[in-house]
Amino acid sequence: MDAKVKDKILTGVLYAVTFFIVALLVALIGYILFKGKGFLKPSFLFGSAKFGEAGGGIGPQLFNSFYMLIVALIISVPFGIGGGIYLAEYARKGKLLNMIRLCIETMSSLPSIVVGLFGLLIFVNMTGWGFTLLSGALAISILNLPALTRVSENAIRIASIPVKEASLGLGATRWQTISKVVLPSAIPQILTGIILASGRIFGEAAALLYTAGMSAPKLNFSYVSLIDNGSAFSLMRPAETIAVYIWKLNSEGMVPDAAQIANKASAVLVIMVLLFNFLARVLGRKIYESYTGKK
Amino acid sequence: MKNNLENFNGWLQKQSAIKNINLRSVNMEKKLFWNKLKNEYIGRGFAVFCGLIIIVLTLSIIIFIASKGINTFIKWRYPITEFLFTSNWAPDSSNPKLGAAIFFVGSILVSVGAVIISAPIGIALAVFMHYISPKVGSKILQPSLELFVGIPSVVYGWVGFSVLLPFLKRGFGGIGFSLIAGILVLSIMILPTIASISADAVKTIPKSYMEASYGLGATRWQTISRVIIPSAKSGILTGVVLGLARAFGEALAVQMVIGNTVKFPGNLLSPTSTLTSILTMDMGNTVSGTAWNDALWSLALFLLIISFMFIIIIRAIEKRSEIK
Repeated sequence: MDAKVKDKILTGVLYAVTFFIVALLVALIGYILFKGKGFLKPSFLFGSAKFGEAGGGIGPQLFNSFYMLIVALIISVPFGIGGGIYLAEYARKGKLLNMIRLCIETMSSLPSIVVGLFGLLIFVNMTGWGFTLLSGALAISILNLPALTRVSENAIRIASIPVKEASLGLGATRWQTISKVVLPSAIPQILTGIILASGRIFGEAAALLYTAGMSAPKLNFSYVSLIDNGSAFSLMRPAETIAVYIWKLNSEGMVPDAAQIANKASAVLVIMVLLFNFLARVLGRKIYESYTGKK
Repeated sequence: MKNNLENFNGWLQKQSAIKNINLRSVNMEKKLFWNKLKNEYIGRGFAVFCGLIIIVLTLSIIIFIASKGINTFIKWRYPITEFLFTSNWAPDSSNPKLGAAIFFVGSILVSVGAVIISAPIGIALAVFMHYISPKVGSKILQPSLELFVGIPSVVYGWVGFSVLLPFLKRGFGGIGFSLIAGILVLSIMILPTIASISADAVKTIPKSYMEASYGLGATRWQTISRVIIPSAKSGILTGVVLGLARAFGEALAVQMVIGNTVKFPGNLLSPTSTLTSILTMDMGNTVSGTAWNDALWSLALFLLIISFMFIIIIRAIEKRSEIK
């Protein structure tokens, strides 16, 4: 075949593949949102699940998902940033650094079900807590730590180039330089990473099945306590999230409208992911503008 | 005499001055130390601690899962070869049979199948993004891939369950739950991994390679297929292995569509089980300390070992490309 004709044909094929993939995404998201229509109804978003009858909502699961996200971030963000600082500023080349890099790679490629089982072993059985929100949040933090560390490391490396020597030259210690000069300018980029990680945390289910459990007790917002199981804010109660709920509906199906609830809950998850992505993108653009001096 | 006295007084004054200076410098040192502690050591300590905790966590994950996982072979004295290479899975009988080959085969088939579908598409997307239409690539394709990554795996599983399974049932017969359903769902899930890492690899190819190829009269396709892809080989391979690892470890999406029957798949349309699906299904139903439960922990241990092997493979690929 003529090389030019072949070139044309295969270029066409590449266009077709790209078009197909983008169309597939649009179709997928469109389908999920279309099938889950009505998911914005307050009775669904805030109503509690029913047993054996139709019309239940996902109120407790929705709250649990957000609460789990916040607790997991509170646990993992300081460690992620600390690890990032260490890798970017303090770590010296050598065996220790190699070991840390290997561990980060290992951790980030761990199947989430394995992390969930580790959580079951340590945070559920060994501590004697049982299925709790805190166990789930800890498991998710482990899952999330490598990505956060990596994002922070990159952000700090980039942010420290123009200012580090100036700050050290003025007599600041390294930590002062990092905490007062470098970190503030690295924060937006770290935040972008955190938001993207949030999307992942929000949809995570495999690591939560056997750590946060598959039941969502009724929530009582009348008082605040972190350990009393009567309170909605308790860390020590089982906490089924939306993602886990979708899985449970599919495998157990205790309600007649399980399929519908799963459709709507999927729509809620996808909307949240779109939102997180959009936020990260807006923030990313802001950072780009501030670095390139357009604003 | 007077002179001596004056000398002595001078000496005394000197001494006390030295003492004062010494005292002041001790104070200074103390103050310096406190300042340093406040401004440097505590912060540095925290950073080092965070670095070390990553090692501690990784090691403890390995140690704890291993300590549960080896029970099958130590406590129950089940031969490891029988565990890996036989397929008689009857963990709840009085004389438990723990042949887990079905799950290993299921996992391998489903993830390799997903890579076979996903790798060519992913590489095509990577090439498209940089050499055919960078504008469409960065404005449309890149954000689309990011969204694909963002969609949670249960949602993939659920859409697979509610759309793909009925479709397969109508089109090809059978029960819908099947190996091919798992492969298709996974191939979409790992596509962004393969595409974005391949894109990074393709991006780093020096422009001069391309120009040299064009200068010799090659068409764009010839340049892409004979120059760009071969020189980005190791990066693309890294992407493919990472995709394979992700497919291997994915649990819920696969579990929801593969059928979870404990038998080898006869063809693409028959249901089977994977390592992750059996773990998801059975871990909650078994009592700690039984042979069944211990066998599941052994499966988790092998999952861990396999994901570690993928890391080693990737490192080997990277090292080889560095030497060249």
